[in-house]
Amino acid sequence: MKQARIATAWLGGCSGCHMSFLDMDEWLFELAEIADVVYSPIADIKDFPTDVDATLVEGAVANEDNLELALDIRAKSRLVLSFGDCAVSGNVTAMRNPLGDPQQILERVYVEAPDRDGRIPEAPGIVPPLLPKVLALHKVIRVDAFIPGCPPPADRIQAALEALLEGSLPPNRGEAIRWG
Amino acid sequence: MRETRPTVHVSFDGVEHEAFVGESVLECARRCGVTIPSLCFLEGLTVWGGCRICVVEVAEDHRLRPACATQVAADMEIKTETPRLRAYRKSILELLFAEGNHVCAVCVSNGNCELQDMAVFCGMDHVRYDSQAPPREVDSSHPKYVFDQNRCILCTRCVRVCDEIEGAHVWDISHRGEHAEVITELNRPWGESLSCTWCGKCVAVCPTGALSYQGRAIGEMEHDPAMIKRLAVARNRGEWLDPGVMT
Ligand code: SF4
Ligand code: SF4
Ligand code: SF4
Ligand code: FES
Repeated sequence: MKQARIATAWLGGCSGCHMSFLDMDEWLFELAEIADVVYSPIADIKDFPTDVDATLVEGAVANEDNLELALDIRAKSRLVLSFGDCAVSGNVTAMRNPLGDPQQILERVYVEAPDRDGRIPEAPGIVPPLLPKVLALHKVIRVDAFIPGCPPPADRIQAALEALLEGSLPPNRGEAIRWG
Repeated sequence: MRETRPTVHVSFDGVEHEAFVGESVLECARRCGVTIPSLCFLEGLTVWGGCRICVVEVAEDHRLRPACATQVAADMEIKTETPRLRAYRKSILELLFAEGNHVCAVCVSNGNCELQDMAVFCGMDHVRYDSQAPPREVDSSHPKYVFDQNRCILCTRCVRVCDEIEGAHVWDISHRGEHAEVITELNRPWGESLSCTWCGKCVAVCPTGALSYQGRAIGEMEHDPAMIKRLAVARNRGEWLDPGVMT
């Protein structure tokens, strides 16, 4: 049988969800037996591959790079899952939204804050421009299932992956969907 | 003590129960061990009927009824769990989350929150509506308590408890619609309130992280809404509870 092709991706988040992914400890060896992890921030692969069965996406859509990657992921994955609260709801990443215009926020952080050198970082093509508002993943692409949690506990991630590998969607009832 | 109130028959999801005339559908359900979710309702306070999480269906009637604000009637056939009710409850929760700023991961009530529990109960794994991300204030001027408007769902429990049980009436609702908010001392900082007695009842009953004790970190705030029932019962019976009895 063909190995399942699983990917994980990292948008606007703290990588805590991926830390929790690593917390699955020895089950990762089992996962490696039954699935190929074809793209992940913890693997050195440059471009998002084609023909992916399921992609777990950590993080909210906060800047133009995030948006571009999200669209690419959707085009190349059979299933896309919001992985963790930032992808699910925007969460901490979206806490800038009530403050309004991102330019003002950048000024507040980089110019007005006393311990900075007074310049907003700028490097076209390297530092991606912020989107006007941070968005949950399902606001920019179709999402097939949600794995909430900040971060989702390792056993919740494992249960989700086990379901996916059996050809069903992750549990979406009870404690499996608690935010926070 | 034997109950001598007159009773009528009602049914919950096809099972017959005896209801006291004059009690609400929610009260009756609770007494009979039938689960109907609720948020703004709190035993010991007057009924507000604002959140609509408690909606039920009554046979042959297309309108949904709030169980907390609907009185039982003879032979009422009440449905508490239908696909339609589940869909509405979930939508209501999503609207509550979309309306405020709920960031459970950094909230004082994370893990001890009636709203979060309700989201789990109703199967809300994400919010379909656009988040409004309203700019909202935190008032930490009170020496003992903090009011974080970002988490407020306008259940008015604080308004009711302060008025009805404590008798201080510090809280009110100002504005309407999406601009509605609860305010202290006719919209002055809570810390400057002359009428607040520092009793803490509003903090005890808040279902969310909107009201908390000073100095609580993420997930450290635990509320005690059942305290109000103990107080209300004691007051109605003219008793006073020994502090040792209170848990
Ligand atoms: S009030 Fe409850 S639902 Fe809102 S952020 Fe806090 S824990 Fe989450
Ligand atoms: S602490 Fe007591 S008196 Fe003060 S606002 Fe809250 S309920 Fe009212
Ligand atoms: S502060 Fe708490 S108790 Fe008061 S209306 Fe808001 S959510 Fe309800
Ligand atoms: S609990 Fe009945 S309307 Fe809120």
